[in-house]
Amino acid sequence: MAATRSKRPRDVMGLGLAALNKFASAGVIDRLNLRKPAERVVYEASRTGFRAAGAANRTFTAVRGRGKPERPVAATARGLFDLTPSDEQKMIVEATAEFAAEQLRPAAAAADDACLAPAEILKRSVAELGMTQLAVPEALGGMGGERSATTGVLVNEALAHGDMGLAVACLAPAAVSTALTLWGDENQQATYLPPFVGEDVPAAALTVLEPHVLFDPFALKTTAHRTSAGFKLHGVKSLVPRADTAELFIVAAQLEGKPALFLLESGTAGVTIESEPAMGLRAASMGRLILDGASVPPGNLIAGGDADVYADCIRLGRLGWASLALGTGKAVLDYVIPYVNERKAFGEPISHRQAVAFMVANIGIELEGARLVTLRAASRAEQGKPFARETALARKLTGEYGMQIGSSGVQLLGGHGYVKEHPVERWYRDLRAAAVMEGVVLV
Amino acid sequence: MSINLEVPKKFGMIVNQAQQVASEVFRPISRKYDTNEHEYPKELDMLASLIDGMNDSGEASAGARGVRRSDNGETGNRNGTNMSGVLSIIEACWGDVALVLSMPRQGLGNAAIASVANDEQHKRFDKTWAAMAITEPSFGSDSAAVQATAVLDGDEYVINGEKIFVTAGGRCDSVVVWASLDKSKGRAAIKSFVVEKGTPGMEVERLEHKLGIRASDTATIRFTDCRVPKENLLGSSEIEVEQGFAGVMQTFDNTRPLVAGMAVGCARAALDEIHDLLIEAGVQIDYDRPAFTQHAAAAEFLKMEADWEAAYLLTLEATWMADNNKPNSLQASMAKAKAGRVGVEITTRCVELAGAYGYGEGSLLEKWARDSKILDIFEGTQQIQQLIVARRLLNKTSAELK
Repeated sequence: MAATRSKRPRDVMGLGLAALNKFASAGVIDRLNLRKPAERVVYEASRTGFRAAGAANRTFTAVRGRGKPERPVAATARGLFDLTPSDEQKMIVEATAEFAAEQLRPAAAAADDACLAPAEILKRSVAELGMTQLAVPEALGGMGGERSATTGVLVNEALAHGDMGLAVACLAPAAVSTALTLWGDENQQATYLPPFVGEDVPAAALTVLEPHVLFDPFALKTTAHRTSAGFKLHGVKSLVPRADTAELFIVAAQLEGKPALFLLESGTAGVTIESEPAMGLRAASMGRLILDGASVPPGNLIAGGDADVYADCIRLGRLGWASLALGTGKAVLDYVIPYVNERKAFGEPISHRQAVAFMVANIGIELEGARLVTLRAASRAEQGKPFARETALARKLTGEYGMQIGSSGVQLLGGHGYVKEHPVERWYRDLRAAAVMEGVVLV
Repeated sequence: MSINLEVPKKFGMIVNQAQQVASEVFRPISRKYDTNEHEYPKELDMLASLIDGMNDSGEASAGARGVRRSDNGETGNRNGTNMSGVLSIIEACWGDVALVLSMPRQGLGNAAIASVANDEQHKRFDKTWAAMAITEPSFGSDSAAVQATAVLDGDEYVINGEKIFVTAGGRCDSVVVWASLDKSKGRAAIKSFVVEKGTPGMEVERLEHKLGIRASDTATIRFTDCRVPKENLLGSSEIEVEQGFAGVMQTFDNTRPLVAGMAVGCARAALDEIHDLLIEAGVQIDYDRPAFTQHAAAAEFLKMEADWEAAYLLTLEATWMADNNKPNSLQASMAKAKAGRVGVEITTRCVELAGAYGYGEGSLLEKWARDSKILDIFEGTQQIQQLIVARRLLNKTSAELK
């Protein structure tokens, strides 16, 4: 068997050092005033640690829908290659970009620090942008726009230009309303959609990710078992946005060997939420959803566990993350250009050096390439064409070059990039998420 | 208007024709002319007349000729000859880059003529096979350093100088030569001239032996008191110091997407080949499952294909902008930079993945890995493209950002 490499053997001196260290850090734990010693190290390190039952401030009354489920109008097939957004898209993107610049960017540093998105911003994202209602048909109280994944890409991109963490906090409930619109049956739509088109939109999250290495969304460890009263869910979902206040989850779990999606109300017995602060996306108040036999009514399995629906959900989520990375990547580019033009070294702007200028050029080149690949995938999705391949490529590019752009952003500012006086260190942390996250946002 | 990044159906026939040529004409003779450098690929004459026929009937655009910008008053979104031209280049270069570069009447000089010639010249040089002569022994990327001179004498320009690395310089009918009207006036004085083969004072001195694209001849041409009619100067003869280099440089906005397309086509050939070889070897490639849970070779394939897709779409974007009369210098250089580097990365990685089989001359993988390298060099090296992109993004002049 291969020897462990991640631990160094402890000798007598190490033993002594460990004891001293334990003693020295005891005071810190006291100051943190945690309710009880947590099992995982992360709670000790976090100022915002908690472990609680799921939020339960709303009851969803089961309603029988009439007739058939409502679906958004499918996009029409197109003839020509065209990169010009429609007039409607231009309007939506402009409003979103303004919101991102005026609301998200100024609040980003504090929200990152507090691991919390300001309630006012979440409210305004609904009131001013109709965040959860864009894709919902008029018959269900939504805005009834054409089903458009490219609009989703453009909106995510514009929001993440403001701040990725806050964008995720704003978008999380929209993923649930979009999923209900695309795949919910008439009863699921009648029961769960109304609050999402009202004024008091609940926190909600679509959760796929699990906390183990080499995670594969097509081979989940979270399981669902059929019971006489529906299903029972067991497992742990990871990096769930606004987990502590979410009232409704869409949970991915393995049912009879195949992954499937379930609607789960947060007040259900057997649901526990733990904080899970991470490297970035901190404004989205990430948490774990621990399922210990949580029961789900028989009607809450989405699309009867259809494998194609599940695969589409994963792909649209990946396009969501790709477009968020594009927005934050653009933020990096827009930030470093004036910086390297103004910063002087050796008597001239550092942008006059090829080593600096070429980094900026490469940010521009890779960003534009990844953007086109993401748009192609989304455009294929909304036209009903196969889009698995294009989605995989968009995810690869935004994961790989997104991180490279984040790193270049810090590097170009040097020591100043490493401190919190500038946003590039936050973008570095946020951009790593693009290759890690699954679910949570849908385009 | 809606965002759509699929190639329109109307180009289906053009793409299909190029695919047929690539697999039925180019591939079978690809190795032969790589091995026998400087032997004229006689099969191309048949093909060229076929393509001329299709061009005359308006059915095909198989090379560099279709890069002329036209404003026919149409409004709204257009997919025109820039896009169809690059699409057929991509497909043809899937067959063989060097043979595409050797296609009669499809040279980069033709693209230059199409880009900057006036209507009279366009008509006069329509049937010529034009090579491009810019580089000299003393400079490469620094094309403002042209030493060749053109002096007006009566109704003729007298050209003197030495040009190297002239693609198809041995076989072409004419050469588009860059020369200075007045070296004291800097880059604004650099103009391009069409010099027809057989003009006294023009001599093809030698052909190069190369790493790749061996089917394509690369010539050194010397001009000694070579007299050409003054009507052969492309564009305006005025030395407009304000406008500087813009006239001749405009060519590059149109030819760079074509060279990017060549890299895209060549890389696609290697990707398609390695795909089938990996499948044959029992490697499964899954677009939905995370790359790291798959075979390392499958993960590598996905990474290569992602970079390829970015290069492909950047190339299409640059041509789409040209078709719609939008300035595309930035996008053309982005496309050339990305396609040039991933072309080399992909083709060389595919050799590695295929091991001894890929390295041997029994497969074309090693040839594509040699061919691709030139595509990151000519029509502006990787570094020149990055400079252009950087200057645009940072709003810097060439004096500031050298």
